[in-house]
Amino acid sequence: MVLAFYPADWSPVCGDQMALYNEVLPEFRKLGAELVGISVDGVWCHRAFSEARNLHFPLLADFEPKGAVAQKYGVYRDGDGISERALFVIDKEGKIAWSYCSPIGVNPGADGILQALEDLAK
Amino acid sequence: MATLKTPVSSQDHVQGPENAPATLVEYGDYQCPHCGHAHSVIKRIQKHFAKQLRFVFRNFPLNEIHPYAEAAAETAEFAGTHNKFWEMHDLLFENQERLSDSLLPDLAKKLKLPVDALIKALESGEYASRVGNDFSSGVRSGVNGTPTFFINGRRHDGPFEYDDLVTAIEDAIGPERAVVNR
Repeated sequence: MVLAFYPADWSPVCGDQMALYNEVLPEFRKLGAELVGISVDGVWCHRAFSEARNLHFPLLADFEPKGAVAQKYGVYRDGDGISERALFVIDKEGKIAWSYCSPIGVNPGADGILQALEDLAK
Repeated sequence: MATLKTPVSSQDHVQGPENAPATLVEYGDYQCPHCGHAHSVIKRIQKHFAKQLRFVFRNFPLNEIHPYAEAAAETAEFAGTHNKFWEMHDLLFENQERLSDSLLPDLAKKLKLPVDALIKALESGEYASRVGNDFSSGVRSGVNGTPTFFINGRRHDGPFEYDDLVTAIEDAIGPERAVVNR
């Protein structure tokens, strides 16, 4: 499973991180992975965002308690109240096989994820 | 630091000399307004650097949010097989707001390309794998939205207004070799 923490819905670029992963989704699935996005936004915000971007994967609301899941993964930014832009590839046994934390302002793309999934498949 | 995984080759659409000290690769989407804006920036960049810059365009259509992006990309590739890639590329960006099913054959007509052949090609998806290959190479290289630029093989992370790109390209060329034309 690919777990993608991102700071917030609605960043103002064409092809923000979730929209990008939406395009790459068939590649993730070919490698046997499902994708889940997660941010501290609530479900109503996620629903609007998901519809606007035509997303074909779930967005989880790390809303109440705020950032609890992000904290468990060690990627919660206390001062800002949002999560880091962190990626986790989790294997079938539930172990973290790969992770990467991108600078908050940089969309990390999908190349690291694909490489990690391919390494898992070996 | 994300790097270009598929080097520039004779299969690419290239403007500028092969031995230019700087190569700028853009992964773009014809329906993306940011790419539309970048289009005019690139023209100025090309004028500024002249023979010092080689520019390459590769397709990265965001199909889920831009319904005409794929067809536009395939149309440009079709034009490419008739040696009119860049003309079509430019026309697509200049007419971005009017992108529609009927615009594409109109642009083909404007460039004196065989319209029936274009329609057939779009219906059969003749150029889909070519566009798909660009997309895959982009994903592998760390393309993270549109437009994404690579300067001498390294992803440019930051704004892509004129001054930003000039600085980044000059840095890549190196101060001794850059001809400053301010």
